[in-house]
Amino acid sequence: MHIPVESYHLPNGLHVVLSEDHTAPIVAVNLWYHVGSANERLDRTGFAHLFEHMLFQGSANVEANEHFELVQRAGGTLNGSTWLDRTNYYETLPSHQLALALWLEADRMGRMLPAMTQHKLDTQRDVVKNERRWSVDNQPYGTWWERLPALAFPEEHPFNHSLIGSMEHLSDASLDDVADFFRTYYTPDNAVLTVAGDFDRTETVRLITSYFGEIPRGAPRPPLRDMTVPPTMGNTRREVIPDAVALPRLFVACRTPVFGTDGYYAASLAGAVLGMRTGCRLEQSLVRRQRIASQASAFTYDLAKGSDLLVIDATAHAGVSAEQLEAAVLAELDAMVAHGVTENEVTRARALIETSFVMSMQSAAERADQLSRFTTYFGDPTLINTQVARYAATTAADVSRLARERLGADNRVLLVYVPAEEPPAEAAAVLAEAMA
Amino acid sequence: MSTTELVSMPAAPPRPSAGAPRPYRFPHFVTRILSNGLRVMVASVPAYPVVTTLAVVEAGATRDPRDQEGLAQLVTRGLSEGTRNMNALELTTRLEMLGTTLDTGADWDSAIVQLTALSSRVEDALAVLAEVLRYPAFPEHELERLRAERRADLAQLRTEPRGLSDVFFSRLLYERASRFARLAGGDERSIERLTRDAVASYHETYYRPDATALMLVGDIDVETAVRIASAHFGDWAGTAPPVTEPPAAQRHLDARVHLVHKADAPQSEVRVGHVAIPRFHPDYFPVVVMNAILGGLFSSRLNLNLREQHAYTYGAHSAFDWRRAASPFEISTAVETAVTADALREIMAELTRIRETPVSEAELSLAVSYLVGVFPIRFETTAEVAGGMANVEIFRLPSNYFDTYRERVAAVTADDVLRVARTHLDPSRLQVVVVGDASAIREPVAALGLGPITVYDPLDDDRADAV
Repeated sequence: MHIPVESYHLPNGLHVVLSEDHTAPIVAVNLWYHVGSANERLDRTGFAHLFEHMLFQGSANVEANEHFELVQRAGGTLNGSTWLDRTNYYETLPSHQLALALWLEADRMGRMLPAMTQHKLDTQRDVVKNERRWSVDNQPYGTWWERLPALAFPEEHPFNHSLIGSMEHLSDASLDDVADFFRTYYTPDNAVLTVAGDFDRTETVRLITSYFGEIPRGAPRPPLRDMTVPPTMGNTRREVIPDAVALPRLFVACRTPVFGTDGYYAASLAGAVLGMRTGCRLEQSLVRRQRIASQASAFTYDLAKGSDLLVIDATAHAGVSAEQLEAAVLAELDAMVAHGVTENEVTRARALIETSFVMSMQSAAERADQLSRFTTYFGDPTLINTQVARYAATTAADVSRLARERLGADNRVLLVYVPAEEPPAEAAAVLAEAMA
Repeated sequence: MSTTELVSMPAAPPRPSAGAPRPYRFPHFVTRILSNGLRVMVASVPAYPVVTTLAVVEAGATRDPRDQEGLAQLVTRGLSEGTRNMNALELTTRLEMLGTTLDTGADWDSAIVQLTALSSRVEDALAVLAEVLRYPAFPEHELERLRAERRADLAQLRTEPRGLSDVFFSRLLYERASRFARLAGGDERSIERLTRDAVASYHETYYRPDATALMLVGDIDVETAVRIASAHFGDWAGTAPPVTEPPAAQRHLDARVHLVHKADAPQSEVRVGHVAIPRFHPDYFPVVVMNAILGGLFSSRLNLNLREQHAYTYGAHSAFDWRRAASPFEISTAVETAVTADALREIMAELTRIRETPVSEAELSLAVSYLVGVFPIRFETTAEVAGGMANVEIFRLPSNYFDTYRERVAAVTADDVLRVARTHLDPSRLQVVVVGDASAIREPVAALGLGPITVYDPLDDDRADAV
């Protein structure tokens, strides 16, 4: 499998990536802006994500919500997402509708601000607050994805604070903040535009120049606060969270080498040996042999700056205490630190990762997103074609060394969810009152 | 915004029009019926070096015996736990060293067992799939673990507002005699009755070649696919009993409100709906278009109203949970506690509006052109194509279903939409389920007059059954 790749820059700095595939009359447009929650002011947590919502509220020539309507009317799917260090926007359409998606993306990159109003900001702020309630506050264990980075990165590190943000900071966000953020970060020289799938190359290059070419380059951007952290955390830190949950659940995070480095592939394989699918150590030992966990998995965050994180996530079996769960998970980590991994384990992990990668490449949207990712982080979309080889070149000895250096007790944070003790009498009284 | 900035803003090129559409058809598939009744369906899609192999068996949760709910799903989970000549670990290792994983599951109508492997490994992978389907060992030790995991899932469900609202909605919707009134995966009582004998006998009865269709989709030619399917399944024998559909009448024929109390919940999880039509129905296409306009699309009435106009929620949707029997129509959203009654009032207003006046030309054309245009995007991967072919089998759709899909959507008119909204949406028997802080929302919800209100404890499923 080889993904065709071509890339160039417009004079305004926009990095364009093209990848033709005429299998089906489908085309994906994908834009990565190199800005995420890491770029936020510390009194505006959640702003990068709120801004992503505002980018669907229209631009000089597009009404509020018309972006969604036009793409869906064209038979396309679309969305956007915000991450710690990037924000992406994407559409997949029937190929004869490519011009529409490019035009819409260009109109908001070039002319978003005239469409912004206080009313739109107020509405999206409330939508985002409901998104927070839905995905974090009203979900068992829902706070893990803001608590874990807060433990793993020091205070004031750009990855420390919550991506979805605090209710207070969301309330404080103003139209001036929207304008500043837009002018600073939503510029062609801070973006990658990828088109993947069924398109005519000459016509597409012409359209991109015509729609994006006149958008001015941005002013120099403020540098990110220092991302550097020591490779290990120096000790084991532990936080216990009583929550409205039925079963204890444990998250362990270790700092690991950033996405794209040799060490990253070793960490990714270590994560797969520990916690990918059924044949992994955590599933075989904790779920099956010991019956201490009802589920267990491991994954990497794939962060490309500062430090990546390898995360283990395990939920207790009914009747198992948080302490038993923790001891069993740490014993697996200790064993990998002490004895490393076997050749067979790494072979299994590589085979699963390769199949998953090839399967995902069937989707134009996924190809476009990965091409944008490699281009945003490394300036080189052709890295998409080196991934299988990078994994193949990573040996069991590399994975064992990674485990020894990064998964030990000197580099762990533990987030332990335990069922909150509810005063039963009070709960029953409330229910009786509600039923009355 | 100052004048100078407006001047520096680049002029907009005109909004483009669409080019000429390129032709598309759903991947051509060939059906061969082996002498034992097994249907082998092959689509050669060679773009990427992978093949999805998917078996669909007439062994869904509707075939669970009364009081043994969860059996069909336990059987599918037990399939991965070893065969006559491989224990669970050996089976897992064999598959994962081939770079693939067995995905198994049962919904109401059928069981599905599938894997996707690199095309160079397809025959080895298919050999394992055949072994798993035909000779599972169902070791008691592993079944006991699977039952315990189901108990853990149920415990988790009680604390999870989204899952809890789905559970209460589906349980309260159908008459007590219906299989649909009990959880597809079973509850604490029923799973204790799922002995190894019950599991093995269910498999022996229903996992038969004449009740199975095998899809092979991807980088493989038809003759190779049929050859390896025949080699591994050709001597599979036996016949399955005919399928009977469960009773599927609605439990309460009047409108009712069911509040599941979660003290201090910051949001209310809302489900509103009733029993509607089966999947295979002459009004299917106008119903799909109607639902897209009402709550299927981002730009649907419900989402624009509840999210973009009122900011009550992160999202509001409607859907039909299709099955062969009469299927639920369901609106779902999660709203801030304080606006629960306001959100319900808007939902009722949208249900009234779509039944009273025809949808606009703009709404109709949006829904139709979306459904027509997105059709090829739904079938980009081998797993998606295999899933589409499986639906043809499960719902007994005509073999040219995908070839005529887009013209049938395009033929839907505003009159059709109004007619099916009036015929198939019925506010007089709506069931409203809200998981939230009952002490805060009960009064304002009662003031809406949506029907008698019952309050439940999340733990109390007896009470739900007793109402």
